Amino acid sequence: MDEMQEIIKTYVIKEYVEDDTELTYDSPLISGGIVDSFSMVSLKRFLENKYNIAIPDDKATPEAFDSVNKICALVREYVK
Amino acid sequence: MAYTEKTRGIYTEILAGLQSAGLFKQERYIHSAQDADIEVEFPAGAPLKKVINICANNYLGLSSHPEVVKAAHEGLDSHGYGMSSVRFICGTQDIHRTLEQMVTKFLGTEDTILFPSCMDANAGVFEAVLTKDDVMISDRLVHASIIDGIRLCSAMHDTYKHSDMEHLEEKLQLHDLKRLKMVITDGVFSMDGDTAKLDKMVELCEKYGALLFVDDSHSSGFIGKTGRGTHEQYGVMGKIDIITTTFGKGLGGASGGCVSGRKELVEMCRQKARPYLFSNTIAPPVVAGVIKVLEILSASTDRRDKLEKNTEFWRKGLTEAGLIIKAGDTPIVPVMLFNAKLAQDVSRDLYEEGIYAIGFFFPVVPQGQARIRTQISAGHEIHHLEKALDAFRKVGKKYDILGKSKQEIIERYGM
Repeated sequence: MDEMQEIIKTYVIKEYVEDDTELTYDSPLISGGIVDSFSMVSLKRFLENKYNIAIPDDKATPEAFDSVNKICALVREYVK
Repeated sequence: MAYTEKTRGIYTEILAGLQSAGLFKQERYIHSAQDADIEVEFPAGAPLKKVINICANNYLGLSSHPEVVKAAHEGLDSHGYGMSSVRFICGTQDIHRTLEQMVTKFLGTEDTILFPSCMDANAGVFEAVLTKDDVMISDRLVHASIIDGIRLCSAMHDTYKHSDMEHLEEKLQLHDLKRLKMVITDGVFSMDGDTAKLDKMVELCEKYGALLFVDDSHSSGFIGKTGRGTHEQYGVMGKIDIITTTFGKGLGGASGGCVSGRKELVEMCRQKARPYLFSNTIAPPVVAGVIKVLEILSASTDRRDKLEKNTEFWRKGLTEAGLIIKAGDTPIVPVMLFNAKLAQDVSRDLYEEGIYAIGFFFPVVPQGQARIRTQISAGHEIHHLEKALDAFRKVGKKYDILGKSKQEIIERYGM
Protein backbone atom coordinates (compact mmCIF):
# COMPACT_ATOMS: atom_id res chain seq x y z
CA MET A 1 0.00 0.00 0.00
CA ASP A 2 1.40 3.39 -0.85
CA GLU A 3 0.18 6.82 0.13
CA MET A 4 -1.15 7.80 -3.29
CA GLN A 5 -3.32 4.70 -3.52
CA GLU A 6 -4.85 5.42 -0.14
CA ILE A 7 -5.44 9.12 -0.84
CA ILE A 8 -7.19 8.38 -4.13
CA LYS A 9 -9.23 5.53 -2.67
CA THR A 10 -10.37 7.74 0.21
CA TYR A 11 -11.41 10.48 -2.22
CA VAL A 12 -13.32 8.04 -4.44
CA ILE A 13 -15.21 6.64 -1.46
CA LYS A 14 -16.11 10.10 -0.16
CA GLU A 15 -17.09 11.45 -3.54
CA TYR A 16 -18.85 8.52 -5.16
CA VAL A 17 -19.75 5.66 -2.85
CA GLU A 18 -23.18 6.12 -1.28
CA ASP A 19 -23.64 2.76 0.44
CA ASP A 20 -21.37 0.26 2.17
CA THR A 21 -19.75 -0.98 -1.05
CA GLU A 22 -16.20 -2.10 -0.27
CA LEU A 23 -13.49 -0.84 -2.54
CA THR A 24 -10.12 -2.32 -3.37
CA TYR A 25 -7.34 -0.71 -5.38
CA ASP A 26 -8.45 -2.83 -8.36
CA SER A 27 -12.24 -2.43 -8.06
CA PRO A 28 -13.64 -1.43 -11.46
CA LEU A 29 -14.86 2.12 -10.86
CA ILE A 30 -16.42 3.13 -14.15
CA SER A 31 -17.13 -0.25 -15.78
CA GLY A 32 -18.41 -1.38 -12.36
CA GLY A 33 -20.91 1.47 -12.13
CA ILE A 34 -19.34 3.10 -9.03
CA VAL A 35 -18.25 6.25 -10.87
CA ASP A 36 -20.28 7.34 -13.88
CA SER A 37 -18.21 8.74 -16.70
CA PHE A 38 -19.82 12.19 -16.24
CA SER A 39 -18.54 12.40 -12.69
CA MET A 40 -14.92 11.93 -13.73
CA VAL A 41 -14.49 15.69 -14.02
CA SER A 42 -14.39 16.07 -10.22
CA LEU A 43 -11.86 13.27 -9.91
CA LYS A 44 -9.66 14.84 -12.60
CA ARG A 45 -9.82 18.22 -10.89
CA PHE A 46 -8.96 16.61 -7.55
CA LEU A 47 -5.92 14.81 -8.97
CA GLU A 48 -4.67 17.93 -10.76
CA ASN A 49 -4.97 20.08 -7.64
CA LYS A 50 -3.61 17.47 -5.26
CA TYR A 51 -0.55 16.55 -7.34
CA ASN A 52 -0.08 19.85 -9.11
CA ILE A 53 -0.30 18.29 -12.56
CA ALA A 54 -2.29 18.80 -15.76
CA ILE A 55 -3.86 15.67 -17.22
CA PRO A 56 -4.71 16.17 -20.92
CA ASP A 57 -8.39 15.54 -21.68
CA ASP A 58 -7.54 12.80 -24.18
CA LYS A 59 -5.68 10.91 -21.45
CA ALA A 60 -8.51 11.18 -18.91
CA THR A 61 -10.45 8.29 -20.44
CA PRO A 62 -12.91 5.97 -18.70
CA GLU A 63 -10.34 3.17 -19.16
CA ALA A 64 -7.55 5.18 -17.50
CA PHE A 65 -9.84 6.03 -14.56
CA ASP A 66 -11.26 2.56 -14.10
CA SER A 67 -9.49 1.63 -10.85
CA VAL A 68 -7.44 3.25 -8.11
CA ASN A 69 -4.34 1.48 -9.42
CA LYS A 70 -4.94 2.69 -13.00
CA ILE A 71 -5.45 6.23 -11.76
CA CYS A 72 -2.20 6.04 -9.78
CA ALA A 73 -0.36 4.89 -12.91
CA LEU A 74 -1.81 7.80 -14.88
CA VAL A 75 -0.93 10.34 -12.21
CA ARG A 76 2.66 9.05 -11.99
CA GLU A 77 3.11 9.76 -15.69
CA TYR A 78 2.63 13.46 -15.01
CA VAL A 79 4.15 13.94 -11.55
CA LYS A 80 7.56 15.56 -11.95
CA MET B 1 -26.88 -6.61 -50.56
CA ALA B 2 -25.00 -5.08 -47.68
CA TYR B 3 -27.09 -6.75 -45.01
CA THR B 4 -25.13 -10.00 -45.07
CA GLU B 5 -25.62 -13.12 -42.96
CA LYS B 6 -22.58 -12.03 -40.99
CA THR B 7 -24.20 -8.67 -40.25
CA ARG B 8 -27.45 -10.37 -39.27
CA GLY B 9 -25.50 -12.69 -37.01
CA ILE B 10 -23.95 -9.77 -35.14
CA TYR B 11 -27.37 -8.38 -34.24
CA THR B 12 -28.90 -11.79 -33.53
CA GLU B 13 -26.15 -12.42 -31.04
CA ILE B 14 -26.61 -9.06 -29.31
CA LEU B 15 -30.36 -9.59 -29.04
CA ALA B 16 -29.88 -13.12 -27.72
CA GLY B 17 -27.51 -11.69 -25.12
CA LEU B 18 -30.20 -9.26 -23.96
CA GLN B 19 -32.66 -12.13 -23.64
CA SER B 20 -30.32 -14.36 -21.67
CA ALA B 21 -29.45 -11.44 -19.37
CA GLY B 22 -33.15 -10.86 -18.69
CA LEU B 23 -32.94 -7.37 -20.23
CA PHE B 24 -35.11 -7.96 -23.30
CA LYS B 25 -38.08 -5.62 -23.33
CA GLN B 26 -41.34 -7.07 -24.56
CA GLU B 27 -44.38 -4.98 -25.38
CA ARG B 28 -47.85 -5.85 -24.16
CA TYR B 29 -50.61 -4.91 -26.59
CA ILE B 30 -53.45 -2.89 -25.05
CA HIS B 31 -56.66 -3.19 -27.06
CA SER B 32 -58.59 -0.49 -25.19
CA ALA B 33 -58.03 3.21 -24.56
CA GLN B 34 -55.57 4.09 -21.78
CA ASP B 35 -57.44 4.05 -18.47
CA ALA B 36 -57.62 2.44 -15.02
CA ASP B 37 -59.31 -0.61 -16.61
CA ILE B 38 -57.64 -1.89 -19.75
CA GLU B 39 -57.74 -4.97 -21.99
CA VAL B 40 -54.37 -6.52 -22.66
CA GLU B 41 -53.04 -9.13 -25.08
CA PHE B 42 -50.02 -10.73 -23.44
CA PRO B 43 -48.09 -12.60 -24.55
CA ALA B 44 -48.79 -11.86 -28.23
CA GLY B 45 -51.64 -14.05 -29.43
CA ALA B 46 -53.02 -14.73 -25.94
CA PRO B 47 -56.72 -14.05 -25.27
CA LEU B 48 -57.51 -10.52 -24.07
CA LYS B 49 -57.37 -10.05 -20.33
CA LYS B 50 -59.08 -7.28 -18.35
CA VAL B 51 -56.64 -5.81 -15.86
CA ILE B 52 -56.27 -2.77 -13.64
CA ASN B 53 -53.42 -0.56 -14.80
CA ILE B 54 -51.20 0.72 -11.99
CA CYS B 55 -48.09 1.50 -14.03
CA ALA B 56 -49.17 4.34 -16.35
CA ASN B 57 -48.09 7.98 -16.12
CA ASN B 58 -51.78 8.83 -16.48
CA TYR B 59 -51.66 10.62 -13.12
CA LEU B 60 -54.74 12.77 -13.64
CA GLY B 61 -56.78 10.22 -15.58
CA LEU B 62 -57.03 12.58 -18.55
CA SER B 63 -55.66 10.29 -21.27
CA SER B 64 -59.15 9.26 -22.35
CA HIS B 65 -61.19 12.03 -20.73
CA PRO B 66 -64.26 12.74 -22.91
CA GLU B 67 -63.74 16.52 -22.93
CA VAL B 68 -60.10 16.11 -24.01
CA VAL B 69 -61.03 13.59 -26.71
CA LYS B 70 -63.77 15.96 -27.95
CA ALA B 71 -61.36 18.91 -28.03
CA ALA B 72 -58.86 16.84 -30.02
CA HIS B 73 -61.60 15.92 -32.51
CA GLU B 74 -62.50 19.58 -32.88
CA GLY B 75 -58.84 20.52 -33.30
CA LEU B 76 -58.52 17.92 -36.03
CA ASP B 77 -61.54 19.37 -37.83
CA SER B 78 -60.51 23.01 -37.49
CA HIS B 79 -56.70 22.81 -37.85
CA GLY B 80 -56.08 19.57 -39.72
CA TYR B 81 -53.95 16.52 -39.08
CA GLY B 82 -50.37 17.70 -39.55
CA MET B 83 -48.26 20.67 -40.52
CA SER B 84 -45.75 19.11 -42.94
CA SER B 85 -43.24 21.71 -41.81
CA VAL B 86 -41.05 22.73 -38.92
CA ARG B 87 -42.17 25.70 -36.84
CA PHE B 88 -40.06 28.46 -38.38
CA ILE B 89 -40.88 27.67 -42.02
CA CYS B 90 -44.66 27.18 -42.13
CA GLY B 91 -45.38 24.90 -39.18
CA THR B 92 -46.73 27.31 -36.58
CA GLN B 93 -50.47 27.70 -36.09
CA ASP B 94 -52.33 30.11 -33.82
CA ILE B 95 -53.06 27.24 -31.42
CA HIS B 96 -49.34 26.48 -30.97
CA ARG B 97 -48.75 30.00 -29.69
CA THR B 98 -51.96 29.84 -27.62
CA LEU B 99 -50.72 26.69 -25.92
CA GLU B 100 -47.30 28.25 -25.26
CA GLN B 101 -48.98 31.23 -23.60
CA MET B 102 -51.26 28.98 -21.54
CA VAL B 103 -48.32 26.89 -20.31
CA THR B 104 -46.46 30.09 -19.38
CA LYS B 105 -49.40 31.23 -17.29
CA PHE B 106 -49.96 27.78 -15.76
CA LEU B 107 -46.33 27.36 -14.69
CA GLY B 108 -45.86 31.01 -13.69
CA THR B 109 -42.88 31.58 -16.00
CA GLU B 110 -41.92 34.27 -18.56
CA ASP B 111 -42.26 32.35 -21.83
CA THR B 112 -42.58 28.83 -23.28
CA ILE B 113 -41.53 26.98 -26.42
CA LEU B 114 -43.10 23.68 -27.50
CA PHE B 115 -41.05 20.64 -28.50
CA PRO B 116 -42.16 17.37 -30.15
CA SER B 117 -41.49 15.67 -26.79
CA CYS B 118 -39.85 16.44 -23.45
CA MET B 119 -37.11 14.06 -24.54
CA ASP B 120 -36.47 16.53 -27.38
CA ALA B 121 -36.75 19.53 -25.06
CA ASN B 122 -34.08 18.05 -22.79
CA ALA B 123 -31.96 16.98 -25.75
CA GLY B 124 -31.96 20.50 -27.18
CA VAL B 125 -32.03 22.97 -24.32
CA PHE B 126 -28.51 22.71 -22.86
CA GLU B 127 -26.73 23.01 -26.18
CA ALA B 128 -28.91 26.03 -27.01
CA VAL B 129 -28.12 28.04 -23.88
CA LEU B 130 -24.65 26.94 -22.69
CA THR B 131 -21.15 26.90 -24.19
CA LYS B 132 -17.76 25.41 -23.39
CA ASP B 133 -17.15 28.29 -20.98
CA ASP B 134 -19.97 27.05 -18.73
CA VAL B 135 -20.63 24.15 -16.37
CA MET B 136 -23.63 21.91 -15.80
CA ILE B 137 -23.95 20.39 -12.34
CA SER B 138 -26.57 17.65 -12.26
CA ASP B 139 -28.11 15.35 -9.66
CA ARG B 140 -26.79 11.81 -10.18
CA LEU B 141 -30.31 10.41 -10.66
CA VAL B 142 -31.62 12.72 -13.39
CA HIS B 143 -33.65 11.23 -16.22
CA ALA B 144 -31.97 9.62 -19.24
CA SER B 145 -33.21 12.37 -21.57
CA ILE B 146 -31.30 14.97 -19.53
CA ILE B 147 -28.18 12.85 -19.69
CA ASP B 148 -28.51 12.74 -23.47
CA GLY B 149 -28.96 16.53 -23.60
CA ILE B 150 -25.89 17.01 -21.44
CA ARG B 151 -23.88 14.77 -23.76
CA LEU B 152 -24.81 16.98 -26.70
CA CYS B 153 -23.62 20.14 -24.95
CA SER B 154 -20.04 21.39 -24.97
CA ALA B 155 -20.19 22.81 -21.43
CA MET B 156 -18.25 21.02 -18.68
CA HIS B 157 -20.34 18.57 -16.72
CA ASP B 158 -20.15 17.54 -13.08
CA THR B 159 -22.56 15.76 -10.76
CA TYR B 160 -23.60 15.79 -7.12
CA LYS B 161 -24.87 12.96 -4.96
CA HIS B 162 -28.60 12.49 -5.19
CA SER B 163 -30.37 15.32 -3.34
CA ASP B 164 -27.23 15.99 -1.28
CA MET B 165 -27.23 19.75 -0.80
CA GLU B 166 -23.84 19.89 0.92
CA HIS B 167 -22.28 18.09 -2.01
CA LEU B 168 -24.05 20.42 -4.44
CA GLU B 169 -22.65 23.43 -2.58
CA GLU B 170 -19.14 21.95 -2.78
CA LYS B 171 -19.56 21.62 -6.54
CA LEU B 172 -20.84 25.18 -6.88
CA GLN B 173 -17.73 26.35 -5.04
CA LEU B 174 -15.46 24.11 -7.14
CA HIS B 175 -16.79 25.59 -10.39
CA ASP B 176 -17.35 29.13 -9.16
CA LEU B 177 -15.10 30.69 -11.81
CA LYS B 178 -17.11 29.41 -14.78
CA ARG B 179 -18.97 31.99 -16.91
CA LEU B 180 -22.35 30.34 -16.26
CA LYS B 181 -23.24 27.55 -13.84
CA MET B 182 -26.45 25.56 -14.28
CA VAL B 183 -27.79 23.22 -11.62
CA ILE B 184 -29.90 20.46 -13.16
CA THR B 185 -32.46 18.26 -11.45
CA ASP B 186 -35.70 16.36 -11.90
CA GLY B 187 -38.61 17.81 -9.90
CA VAL B 188 -39.93 14.36 -9.02
CA PHE B 189 -37.47 11.52 -9.58
CA SER B 190 -39.18 8.91 -11.70
CA MET B 191 -37.76 5.76 -10.16
CA ASP B 192 -37.94 6.63 -6.45
CA GLY B 193 -40.83 9.12 -6.46
CA ASP B 194 -38.99 11.58 -4.22
CA THR B 195 -38.84 15.34 -4.88
CA ALA B 196 -35.88 17.68 -5.34
CA LYS B 197 -35.34 20.11 -2.44
CA LEU B 198 -36.10 23.12 -4.57
CA ASP B 199 -36.31 25.66 -1.73
CA LYS B 200 -32.75 24.85 -0.68
CA MET B 201 -31.59 24.63 -4.30
CA VAL B 202 -32.95 28.08 -5.11
CA GLU B 203 -31.13 29.40 -2.03
CA LEU B 204 -27.83 27.85 -3.18
CA CYS B 205 -28.27 29.02 -6.77
CA GLU B 206 -28.91 32.57 -5.58
CA LYS B 207 -25.87 32.42 -3.28
CA TYR B 208 -23.54 31.23 -6.06
CA GLY B 209 -25.18 32.94 -9.01
CA ALA B 210 -26.20 29.72 -10.76
CA LEU B 211 -29.11 29.00 -13.07
CA LEU B 212 -31.58 26.34 -11.93
CA PHE B 213 -33.10 23.78 -14.33
CA VAL B 214 -35.96 21.48 -13.28
CA ASP B 215 -37.58 18.71 -15.35
CA ASP B 216 -41.09 18.56 -13.92
CA SER B 217 -42.46 15.84 -16.18
CA HIS B 218 -43.60 13.71 -13.24
CA SER B 219 -45.09 16.73 -11.43
CA SER B 220 -46.88 19.11 -13.80
CA GLY B 221 -50.61 19.14 -13.22
CA PHE B 222 -50.70 17.60 -9.76
CA ILE B 223 -47.79 18.45 -7.44
CA GLY B 224 -48.39 21.60 -5.38
CA LYS B 225 -51.72 22.85 -4.07
CA THR B 226 -52.96 23.88 -7.51
CA GLY B 227 -50.93 21.34 -9.48
CA ARG B 228 -48.37 23.73 -10.94
CA GLY B 229 -45.48 21.45 -10.04
CA THR B 230 -42.65 21.03 -7.57
CA HIS B 231 -41.84 24.75 -7.68
CA GLU B 232 -45.30 25.43 -6.28
CA GLN B 233 -44.90 22.76 -3.61
CA TYR B 234 -41.62 24.29 -2.41
CA GLY B 235 -42.83 27.90 -2.62
CA VAL B 236 -40.36 28.96 -5.33
CA MET B 237 -42.62 29.80 -8.28
CA GLY B 238 -40.96 32.40 -10.50
CA LYS B 239 -37.50 31.40 -9.25
CA ILE B 240 -36.77 28.45 -11.54
CA ASP B 241 -34.90 29.62 -14.63
CA ILE B 242 -35.82 26.67 -16.86
CA ILE B 243 -38.64 24.16 -16.41
CA THR B 244 -39.06 21.37 -18.92
CA THR B 245 -42.15 19.22 -18.87
CA THR B 246 -44.16 16.77 -20.94
CA PHE B 247 -47.71 16.57 -22.20
CA GLY B 248 -47.26 12.80 -22.34
CA LYS B 249 -47.96 12.10 -18.68
CA GLY B 250 -50.33 13.97 -16.34
CA LEU B 251 -51.15 16.69 -18.89
CA GLY B 252 -53.22 14.48 -21.19
CA GLY B 253 -50.76 11.71 -21.90
CA ALA B 254 -50.55 12.07 -25.70
CA SER B 255 -47.20 13.58 -26.68
CA GLY B 256 -45.21 16.77 -26.76
CA GLY B 257 -43.16 18.75 -24.30
CA CYS B 258 -41.81 22.20 -23.69
CA VAL B 259 -39.13 24.46 -22.27
CA SER B 260 -40.62 27.18 -20.07
CA GLY B 261 -38.73 29.84 -18.16
CA ARG B 262 -36.74 33.06 -18.60
CA LYS B 263 -37.74 34.67 -21.87
CA GLU B 264 -34.17 35.05 -23.18
CA LEU B 265 -33.45 31.38 -22.57
CA VAL B 266 -36.67 30.38 -24.32
CA GLU B 267 -35.73 32.64 -27.24
CA MET B 268 -32.28 30.98 -27.38
CA CYS B 269 -34.10 27.64 -27.81
CA ARG B 270 -36.27 29.13 -30.57
CA GLN B 271 -33.11 30.26 -32.39
CA LYS B 272 -30.78 27.34 -31.68
CA ALA B 273 -32.39 24.17 -30.26
CA ARG B 274 -31.98 21.50 -32.90
CA PRO B 275 -35.01 19.29 -32.11
CA TYR B 276 -37.14 22.46 -32.45
CA LEU B 277 -35.45 23.60 -35.65
CA PHE B 278 -35.34 20.25 -37.44
CA SER B 279 -38.51 18.45 -36.43
CA ASN B 280 -42.23 19.09 -36.79
CA THR B 281 -43.83 20.32 -33.61
CA ILE B 282 -46.87 18.84 -31.84
CA ALA B 283 -49.72 17.86 -34.20
CA PRO B 284 -52.82 20.12 -34.17
CA PRO B 285 -55.28 17.67 -32.56
CA VAL B 286 -52.85 17.03 -29.71
CA VAL B 287 -52.33 20.77 -29.22
CA ALA B 288 -56.10 21.22 -28.99
CA GLY B 289 -56.27 18.37 -26.46
CA VAL B 290 -53.56 19.87 -24.25
CA ILE B 291 -55.28 23.27 -24.34
CA LYS B 292 -58.41 21.57 -23.00
CA VAL B 293 -56.36 19.78 -20.31
CA LEU B 294 -54.98 23.12 -19.08
CA GLU B 295 -58.48 24.61 -19.09
CA ILE B 296 -59.75 21.71 -16.96
CA LEU B 297 -56.85 21.96 -14.51
CA SER B 298 -57.03 25.75 -14.27
CA ALA B 299 -60.76 25.66 -13.50
CA SER B 300 -60.61 23.12 -10.67
CA THR B 301 -58.17 21.19 -8.50
CA ASP B 302 -60.61 18.27 -8.11
CA ARG B 303 -58.48 15.84 -10.09
CA ARG B 304 -55.18 16.53 -8.33
CA ASP B 305 -57.04 16.47 -4.99
CA LYS B 306 -58.47 13.05 -5.81
CA LEU B 307 -55.01 11.85 -6.87
CA GLU B 308 -53.61 13.04 -3.53
CA LYS B 309 -56.29 11.08 -1.62
CA ASN B 310 -55.77 7.97 -3.78
CA THR B 311 -52.02 8.20 -3.20
CA GLU B 312 -52.47 8.42 0.59
CA PHE B 313 -54.81 5.42 0.51
CA TRP B 314 -52.39 3.41 -1.61
CA ARG B 315 -49.27 4.20 0.39
CA LYS B 316 -51.07 3.43 3.68
CA GLY B 317 -52.51 0.18 2.27
CA LEU B 318 -49.17 -1.14 1.05
CA THR B 319 -47.45 -0.23 4.29
CA GLU B 320 -50.15 -1.89 6.39
CA ALA B 321 -49.89 -4.98 4.19
CA GLY B 322 -46.27 -5.24 5.32
CA LEU B 323 -44.60 -4.29 2.07
CA ILE B 324 -41.57 -2.00 1.89
CA ILE B 325 -42.20 1.18 -0.10
CA LYS B 326 -40.02 4.20 -0.79
CA ALA B 327 -41.06 7.01 1.54
CA GLY B 328 -42.64 10.12 0.03
CA ASP B 329 -45.94 11.65 -0.93
CA THR B 330 -45.96 11.46 -4.73
CA PRO B 331 -48.09 9.03 -6.79
CA ILE B 332 -44.94 7.14 -7.81
CA VAL B 333 -44.82 4.39 -5.19
CA PRO B 334 -42.03 1.82 -5.62
CA VAL B 335 -42.61 -1.50 -3.84
CA MET B 336 -39.11 -2.66 -2.97
CA LEU B 337 -38.20 -6.30 -3.65
CA PHE B 338 -34.40 -5.87 -4.07
CA ASN B 339 -33.93 -9.05 -6.14
CA ALA B 340 -34.46 -8.83 -9.93
CA LYS B 341 -36.00 -12.29 -10.35
CA LEU B 342 -38.34 -11.74 -7.43
CA ALA B 343 -39.51 -8.46 -9.00
CA GLN B 344 -40.21 -10.26 -12.29
CA ASP B 345 -42.01 -13.14 -10.55
CA VAL B 346 -44.17 -10.80 -8.46
CA SER B 347 -45.05 -8.75 -11.56
CA ARG B 348 -46.07 -11.93 -13.43
CA ASP B 349 -48.21 -13.17 -10.52
CA LEU B 350 -49.87 -9.78 -10.09
CA TYR B 351 -50.82 -9.93 -13.76
CA GLU B 352 -52.43 -13.32 -13.16
CA GLU B 353 -54.45 -11.61 -10.43
CA GLY B 354 -55.57 -8.91 -12.87
CA ILE B 355 -53.08 -6.21 -11.89
CA TYR B 356 -50.73 -4.69 -14.47
CA ALA B 357 -47.52 -3.50 -12.79
CA ILE B 358 -43.98 -3.85 -14.05
CA GLY B 359 -40.76 -4.92 -12.33
CA PHE B 360 -37.71 -2.64 -12.63
CA PHE B 361 -34.21 -3.88 -12.04
CA PHE B 362 -30.56 -3.21 -12.94
CA PRO B 363 -29.52 -1.34 -15.06
CA VAL B 364 -32.71 0.78 -14.88
CA VAL B 365 -32.27 1.02 -11.09
CA PRO B 366 -29.08 0.29 -9.10
CA GLN B 367 -28.03 -3.30 -8.47
CA GLY B 368 -29.91 -4.78 -5.51
CA GLN B 369 -32.73 -2.27 -5.68
CA ALA B 370 -35.21 -4.16 -7.87
CA ARG B 371 -38.79 -3.12 -7.40
CA ILE B 372 -42.32 -2.94 -8.73
CA ARG B 373 -43.00 0.70 -9.59
CA THR B 374 -46.65 1.48 -8.99
CA GLN B 375 -48.21 4.72 -10.19
CA ILE B 376 -51.51 6.01 -8.92
CA SER B 377 -54.05 7.97 -10.94
CA ALA B 378 -57.05 10.18 -10.37
CA GLY B 379 -58.67 7.75 -12.80
CA HIS B 380 -58.50 5.03 -10.13
CA GLU B 381 -61.48 4.51 -7.88
CA ILE B 382 -61.06 3.06 -4.40
CA HIS B 383 -62.36 -0.32 -5.61
CA HIS B 384 -59.46 -0.47 -8.12
CA LEU B 385 -56.94 0.18 -5.38
CA GLU B 386 -58.58 -2.28 -2.98
CA LYS B 387 -58.42 -5.01 -5.63
CA ALA B 388 -54.77 -4.18 -6.32
CA LEU B 389 -53.98 -4.27 -2.59
CA ASP B 390 -55.67 -7.69 -2.31
CA ALA B 391 -53.46 -8.92 -5.14
CA PHE B 392 -50.30 -7.54 -3.52
CA ARG B 393 -51.25 -9.20 -0.22
CA LYS B 394 -51.91 -12.55 -1.94
CA VAL B 395 -48.72 -12.51 -3.99
CA GLY B 396 -46.72 -11.12 -1.07
CA LYS B 397 -47.92 -14.00 1.10
CA LYS B 398 -46.94 -16.52 -1.58
CA TYR B 399 -43.37 -15.22 -1.58
CA ASP B 400 -43.36 -14.70 2.20
CA ILE B 401 -42.25 -11.08 2.01
CA LEU B 402 -45.06 -9.43 4.02
CA GLY B 403 -43.75 -7.83 7.20
CA LYS B 404 -40.20 -8.82 6.30
CA SER B 405 -37.27 -6.44 6.50
CA LYS B 406 -34.97 -5.60 3.61
CA GLN B 407 -32.32 -7.79 5.21
CA GLU B 408 -34.68 -10.75 5.50
CA ILE B 409 -35.82 -10.46 1.87
CA ILE B 410 -32.21 -10.22 0.67
CA GLU B 411 -31.16 -13.19 2.82
CA ARG B 412 -33.89 -15.31 1.27
CA TYR B 413 -33.75 -14.15 -2.35
CA GLY B 414 -30.33 -12.51 -2.69
CA MET B 415 -29.50 -9.15 -4.19
